[in-house]
Amino acid sequence: MNSQDAFQIFFYIVSLTLLALPLGSYLAATLEDKSRFQSRIFGPVERSIYRCCGINPGGQMNWKNYTASLLWFNFLGFLAVFLLQLFQHKLPLNPNNSGPVEPVLAFNTAVSFMTNTNWQAYAGETSLSYLTQMAGLAVQNFLSAATGVAVFAAMVRGLMGRKTSGIGNFWGDITRVTVRVLLPMSFCAALILAGQGVVQTFKPDSRVKTLEGVEQTIPLGPAASQIAIKQAGSNGGGFFNANSAHPLENPTPLSNFIEMLLLLLLPAACVFAYGKMAADKGQARILFSVMFAVWALGLAVSLYSEYSAASVTGGLGLMEGKETRFGIVNSVLWAASTTAASNGSVNAMHSSLSPLAGGAALFNIMLGEVIFGGVGAGMYGMLLFVLLTVFLCGLMVGRTPEYLGKKVEKREIQMVMAGILAPGAVILIGAALTCAVPAALASLSSKGPHGLSEILYAWSSASGNNGSAFAGLNANTSFYNIGLGIAMLIGRFAVIIPCLAIAGSMGVKSPSPPSAGTLPTDTATFGILLAAVIIIVGGLTFFPALSLGPVIEHLLMLKGVLF
Amino acid sequence: MDKKTFWDKKLVSAALLASLVKLNPKTQVKNPVMFVTLAGAVIVTAGIIGKLPHVSGFEAQIALWLWFTILFANFAEAMAEGHGKARAESLRKARVEITARLLADGRETKVPASQLRKDNRVVCEAGDLIPGDGEVVEGIASVDESAITGESAPVIRESGGDRSAVTGGTKVLSDRIVIRITAEPGHSFVDRMIALIENAARQKTPNEIALSMVLAALTIVFILAVGSLKFFADYSAGAAGQDLSAIVTVPVLVSLLVCLIPTTIGGLLSAIGIAGMDRLVQRNVIAKSGRAVEAAGDIDVLMLDKTGTITFGNRMAAAFIPAPGVEERELAEAAQLASLADETPEGRSIVILAKTKFDLRAKELHPHEARFIPFSALTQFSGVELIGLESCPARKILKGAVAAIKAESSGFPPELDKAQADVSNSGGTPLAVSDNGRVLGIIHLKDIVKGGIKERFAQLRRMGIKTVMITGDNPLTAAAIAAEAGVDDFMAQATPESKLARIRAEQLAGRLVAMTGDGTNDAPALAQADVAVTMNTGTQAAREAGNMVDLDSNPTKLIEIVEIGKQLLMTRGSLTTFSISNDIAKYFAIIPAVFGALYAVKGGQGPLSALNVMRLASPQSAILSAVIFNALIIVALIPLALRGVKYKAVAAQTLLRRNMFIYGLGGLAAPFAGIKLLDMFITAAGLVR
Repeated sequence: MNSQDAFQIFFYIVSLTLLALPLGSYLAATLEDKSRFQSRIFGPVERSIYRCCGINPGGQMNWKNYTASLLWFNFLGFLAVFLLQLFQHKLPLNPNNSGPVEPVLAFNTAVSFMTNTNWQAYAGETSLSYLTQMAGLAVQNFLSAATGVAVFAAMVRGLMGRKTSGIGNFWGDITRVTVRVLLPMSFCAALILAGQGVVQTFKPDSRVKTLEGVEQTIPLGPAASQIAIKQAGSNGGGFFNANSAHPLENPTPLSNFIEMLLLLLLPAACVFAYGKMAADKGQARILFSVMFAVWALGLAVSLYSEYSAASVTGGLGLMEGKETRFGIVNSVLWAASTTAASNGSVNAMHSSLSPLAGGAALFNIMLGEVIFGGVGAGMYGMLLFVLLTVFLCGLMVGRTPEYLGKKVEKREIQMVMAGILAPGAVILIGAALTCAVPAALASLSSKGPHGLSEILYAWSSASGNNGSAFAGLNANTSFYNIGLGIAMLIGRFAVIIPCLAIAGSMGVKSPSPPSAGTLPTDTATFGILLAAVIIIVGGLTFFPALSLGPVIEHLLMLKGVLF
Repeated sequence: MDKKTFWDKKLVSAALLASLVKLNPKTQVKNPVMFVTLAGAVIVTAGIIGKLPHVSGFEAQIALWLWFTILFANFAEAMAEGHGKARAESLRKARVEITARLLADGRETKVPASQLRKDNRVVCEAGDLIPGDGEVVEGIASVDESAITGESAPVIRESGGDRSAVTGGTKVLSDRIVIRITAEPGHSFVDRMIALIENAARQKTPNEIALSMVLAALTIVFILAVGSLKFFADYSAGAAGQDLSAIVTVPVLVSLLVCLIPTTIGGLLSAIGIAGMDRLVQRNVIAKSGRAVEAAGDIDVLMLDKTGTITFGNRMAAAFIPAPGVEERELAEAAQLASLADETPEGRSIVILAKTKFDLRAKELHPHEARFIPFSALTQFSGVELIGLESCPARKILKGAVAAIKAESSGFPPELDKAQADVSNSGGTPLAVSDNGRVLGIIHLKDIVKGGIKERFAQLRRMGIKTVMITGDNPLTAAAIAAEAGVDDFMAQATPESKLARIRAEQLAGRLVAMTGDGTNDAPALAQADVAVTMNTGTQAAREAGNMVDLDSNPTKLIEIVEIGKQLLMTRGSLTTFSISNDIAKYFAIIPAVFGALYAVKGGQGPLSALNVMRLASPQSAILSAVIFNALIIVALIPLALRGVKYKAVAAQTLLRRNMFIYGLGGLAAPFAGIKLLDMFITAAGLVR
């Protein structure tokens, strides 16, 4: 790594922080609906939406109503994407004449986009019509991200509430988040990206003759508009199969930088929005620091791994599967961020990362997608870990644990454990099942520990709603389409429902003022403990599995054995 | 509790027996962590039986230690119960044998103690056991209460006053007292104490339930981690073309599972709860529920009665302020003479002050040389008239309210007027002294704050607890005492309504309020408070309103109760942290042991043996060491669980760092050392291959 690489990383971190701060304030104002500036600009659009749908955006919902609305809304979104795929050949905007998608694959894709996972068992350019991409996938890109932010907002309202069962209005939340944040952001980003050369057209794929005289099909389509939200909404589902490694999806170093920035921008802004909403910037600062530290740790391990691989291969680095346009540092930086952020877009194939870098990417997802995490989802997942840490530390200072002045009791702990446990359980059960089913093992492209990493990665990616693939695994089989589909559903809703339940049960409690006996949660000590709890919970759960996958592979690589 | 009584032989043998009885699955199922351990032990044992007559020494030892793990946990719980029950049982036994001397119509009859009803009167003399809970109505005696409190120094119990309550089963050491029985059979202190200890074993407190939930969840995680490991191992073995079936066996996987699940805290959890109750009982406090004890640790505001808690009940002489031209010694002498016959605490305190300040011995005055003038509400003074003899002239020394002495004197120096106003303003009471109508000066009487109380309040402040003094005094007096005692706030001229309103206001602000009280008019406030400690000497109404009763009727006991509550949670938290930290070392022991040979080239070591950082001798020895460590650590921590983690009154942040350091980092390091030592021992003894 030379000084130019180091500067790139530094520049990335500074830009991210500087942009996330004001965006966080903006987002908080959106969620609290306090900004007169925002309502003046976006009010007319929103009001017409409310009128059309018969929504009263001010009507407070209790956690059960909120959850019910959310589930219905997501179910309808799923249905829309599912049906669009089944009937796309009979619908307009299908210049490439894509046929109907197989039902099992359609199920997987619909679940994938509804849950903000964007796992892609299909290849976009060959199997989906432009209508499916735009009216199905792109719409869900917005709505699933908005759903994440809504849950985050509801949870914060619950934590801050004073003896109230209302945690906001779901319909108002998603409308505001979509109209005021996601749409404007994506619009600007799409323009810049298109300016950098990302395609945006309704023309069918073009066929050209290459210099070698072979005919090649260049896939085209309305990509820029979808890529903007794919990056910003922690979705990650590429327009093309190669995702952001495809030159028409990510043409220049600048586009690469912007897409990387968008990866973490909203998740990081959510942390600052939390500080605003909780009227306690110290809390946000410590959460941001923890996320940043764990992210940086993953990045450091990945860089170490890549450069130690380079020493084995004679100083060249493992470039197979990586874009030569971006090089190792930008590939690793992207990989660390996309797995931390539950985004899942890639600019290099993760299977081609050196073992520990792949392991770090895998571990990032296994931690529960809380290192920045998905839009909104990272913060509500992080709050679960905060509550668990508060519980353990609170006991050690001899007081019933409390967070923001509210006691963390049986009910909350039950939900916290469910929310933290569910994704991990799905990963372990799914991966174990895969090892036991010969047909599932047939999908592996590599054997040995690398094969196990492929299995673990697929289940982690689905359960963590990340969506990136370790490539190499042929996931378009009934086993994976159905299994991973279920994993995505559990990974999403087995976290969302407990979070909303906590919002409900914390909301009705009255906060007590802090004293010298209460444990402060905005200190470095707490931050260190929080990071330790996150890593230890993840580590204890996955240490055996990881040791048989990336760890053993790394140790073998050092001995010169590559897979 | 010293070492000798802690590991008392009888107690230990009873606990050993109980730990076998507790193997009953019906008992174990209440504790998910230990239930999983039990299931593991049964599976491994069944596997061994299934392979009879061939027995693997390694598997047999694993099975043995798994059973020990459960027995050790049972033993911890039994020890905790034993300590509490031992006291209760001996009392229960004692009570059955007691014969009471029932006093009815002036005649004494002997009846068994169990036949005593409420309001019966009984006589006890030196050497008698007190037959039931009651109140001394006649006489004074020294009583040995060691049977309940463990405190061997005798205490004084006398009629009328704060020290009138006696407890059944305690022994009168001197004198004769008449006791009015206050408890119906079956509702005595002992019965309640036994119920409390047994409840602690049966019913979990809210925080204990929440923690159990975390432990159960962790157990599920580890079941999945270990269960899936079997599949990953099979895959890896297939991929490497190796046969791992000799090492990835059911006993090994069960060992890994039991080592990982939090058996340390799981095994000690109920012992911690019971021991907490026991500590409370040791301090002579009966809690109506374990919930109240936990709540005590969360207290934000402490409301304390001034009288008896912060100050001694009575005002005492603090200074002599002489009139101009009068020696302070002369004033002291006169004041002492005037108070010699004054048996009130104030009077006695004047004699004592004169003695300590000027070494004036109290003179013996004979009736023929002096006539005492008793205090009356009408005159507002008292004093002494010395009959004139050759040696000294006749004197009439008076002391009393300033206005009253003014009226009896031939003039009042203006300097003293100012002095008496100062005394009043500082919350004290001025008493004037005159000698034959000449005003000598003023005695400053004031509420004396108990020694050491200020430090206690400072301690509470560091714990984050605000103290509020409640008093019926006027705001001026109250402010002066509050400042001297170092309380954070005070309530002057408090009425039952204003106390109740204050508690409600604090609670509305989200604070948890504790209060001590004894009178009937405290009952509403006590009922409203989150933690209410009533004095055993208090009225029945107050006792029913509170959720704890202090048998010693010592109002500062609340501070100790708070500490017990905090200690209870801290012990749970610390051992949980310790238990989880342990897992890291266990992974480093077992994973390389099981998979060290995976992907090995030609009999060499496989890559994962690099994780064997402890350099354990062999796979079998590594696994067995981890299992043995896991079992022994429970026994090693029993004393800590029963005594509780030490609580220090420092800020939460400091406490957290300290406990994190000891139990977090300690928990991380301890098993590395322990497992290595066990491995060396096992290898040296040749217990496994």
